[in-house]
Amino acid sequence: MADLSTNPATVRPDPSLGGLFVAALKRELLLSLRRKSELVNPLIFFLMVVTLFPLGVSPEPGFLAQLAPGVLWVAALLATLLSMDSLFRSDFDDGSLEQLLLSPQPLFVVVLAKVLAHWMLTGLVLTLVAPLIAVMLFLPAEGMPGLMLSLLLGTPTLSLVGAIGAALTVGLRKGGVLIALLVLPLYIPVLIFGTGAVQAAVTGLPLGGYLALLGALLALGATLAPLAIGAALRISVSG
Amino acid sequence: MSGALLKVEKLFCERDERVLFDDLSFEIRSGEIVQVEGANGSGKTTLLRILSGLSRNYEGEIYWRGEPLAAVREQFHRELLYFGHQPGVKALLTAEENLHWYCALHPALDPARIAQALQQVGLEGFEDVACHMLSAGQQRRVSLARLYLNDAPLWILDEPFTAIDKGGVAAQEALIARHVAAGGSVVLTTHQDLQGVEALRRINLDQQSGT
Amino acid sequence: MADRKASDRKWLPRWFYQLASPRWCYQITGKLLPVFSIAALILLLGGTVWALAFAPADYQQGNSFRIIYLHVPSAILAQSCYMLMALAGAIGLIWKMKVADMVAKSCAPVGAAMAVLALLTGAIWGKPTWGSWWVWDARLTSMLILFFLYLGVMALNAAIESEVTAAQASAVLALVGLVNIPIIKYSVEWWNTLHQPATFKLTEKPAMPVEMWLPLLVMVIGFYCFFAVALMLRLRNEILRRERRAGWVRDLLLSK
Repeated sequence: MADLSTNPATVRPDPSLGGLFVAALKRELLLSLRRKSELVNPLIFFLMVVTLFPLGVSPEPGFLAQLAPGVLWVAALLATLLSMDSLFRSDFDDGSLEQLLLSPQPLFVVVLAKVLAHWMLTGLVLTLVAPLIAVMLFLPAEGMPGLMLSLLLGTPTLSLVGAIGAALTVGLRKGGVLIALLVLPLYIPVLIFGTGAVQAAVTGLPLGGYLALLGALLALGATLAPLAIGAALRISVSG
Repeated sequence: MSGALLKVEKLFCERDERVLFDDLSFEIRSGEIVQVEGANGSGKTTLLRILSGLSRNYEGEIYWRGEPLAAVREQFHRELLYFGHQPGVKALLTAEENLHWYCALHPALDPARIAQALQQVGLEGFEDVACHMLSAGQQRRVSLARLYLNDAPLWILDEPFTAIDKGGVAAQEALIARHVAAGGSVVLTTHQDLQGVEALRRINLDQQSGT
Repeated sequence: MADRKASDRKWLPRWFYQLASPRWCYQITGKLLPVFSIAALILLLGGTVWALAFAPADYQQGNSFRIIYLHVPSAILAQSCYMLMALAGAIGLIWKMKVADMVAKSCAPVGAAMAVLALLTGAIWGKPTWGSWWVWDARLTSMLILFFLYLGVMALNAAIESEVTAAQASAVLALVGLVNIPIIKYSVEWWNTLHQPATFKLTEKPAMPVEMWLPLLVMVIGFYCFFAVALMLRLRNEILRRERRAGWVRDLLLSK
């Protein structure tokens, strides 16, 4: 074995950041898919929340059609929020998070991969299923593209911001409701522009502005959120 | 090369209103084994977590190869192997998959050595078994396999011999001795009586805690 | 290889590092407290009397608009306090300053109280003007969301046991909130124009005569002084509590 006391002058060059990202993404998806039973939970929750409104308020088609954009978005938002707690918890509990924080590789990349994997299994699925559920709320057909596009652009931001809350509370034993308190105010802009997009689609107005705003929020989130998430993870593990 | 690898100056840490250690200073040089001793709850794990950079709740200075730790964090992480209280092993992944991920996190490691590492901890034949189907001792051995993969100069080991049988303990002691002979350093806590290991320095935390 | 200490970097003025000492902070707030208390008392009393009795009545709203002399200062303070909280949190994070953490922790309840005051006075204003106790106006809604942000920071601080970790986590959250505040404001304003065809705004009209905005200014400054008093009182308590094992605190408490 080589003498280990001197400063290592030559180190094997890092594999590319892209390689790390793909490895992290694969690992997350593999872990989630091996726990198949939990995959459908956000979806079922989404369906149930939507069902509450006709039951709790009124099943009248004209009335529901008016509520539809808001209700669908709020349900998607809550479904995403509920699944955030588990994002880092298992890694925190078995010590994998510690090893991740001790890696010389940039945390930013791995965090982004984790959030992307989470979105693929919650937000993306909700986006694809939303039109079917929107039919139950009598959302007009013209609103469907607006619904899908706004969810497609908005739910990744929800995952990113929710991950900040998850990272801040991962050290606590009961993170559940606290994450909602921390994150819901931050979700409001996405909610406003998302429902705005759906409304615009329903009334035949152009969607471009709303989608651009949602895209801008996503860009901001994708660049800044991983920094906050990394800082929050280090703080949670430190304490 | 005689400079200290890791140098700790006037370390102060308190938790739950209790001072764990105060004005603690020591150095770790290459080729040294340092055992941190103390009663349960005296802060051994906390000290190890501070040394590895996981915990930042302390006052005092820590230097790696002469530079403040905060300035050389990335290099420090390249040269550190931390074996913590929890195995850091995902139950849903196989032993091989866990170690592959470890190699992704530490790019200087060679994934081709994974099979041999698993063999040396006695898990040959269990490489593609999901870890939740292994016993607790076997899961810890998956984590210990990292010691055979990672040649990092500094090893910080928190209770590495827990749930390992006598033969395994002897093998680990030999491994530690080899590592130190090649110039590496080891900081560890253990309840075991270390027999095969020479040149042992001890730091006793019970004598360190402030009033 | 020379060992470089972290404190070798001294590119900030000396008073900045002095601020880091809880004891020095305690002493200086002790001296500032009476000054600010008197200023707050005079300005608030004087301002209130001026606002209620001597400022002219609004031609449209009559006397009910006088509530803005409480509403506007509290709204301004609620926002300023959040910025101070985030700034103090950032300083505590970057420079690991205990005093900065204590300032941030002391700010949160005061700011939240200001936000509640702004919401209540806004509601009181709304009643004679709109006929209802609440209206989803852009500014009131933004203030409500700001209140939620305060509650989030306070809840997170309370949930984490370790003081240091709690302060760091709250600081990160406060900073995330700070970045979001302009985004939230913009989105709520946009949402409001879409849904509220109202032409009448709750904000004071930009061209306010001197007789109206002068007492308002007095009230705003008075509120700032009051905020300083409240903050310093909380800060002093927090310093005593956190440093209770230090020698100077024991001497101080024993001498009383």
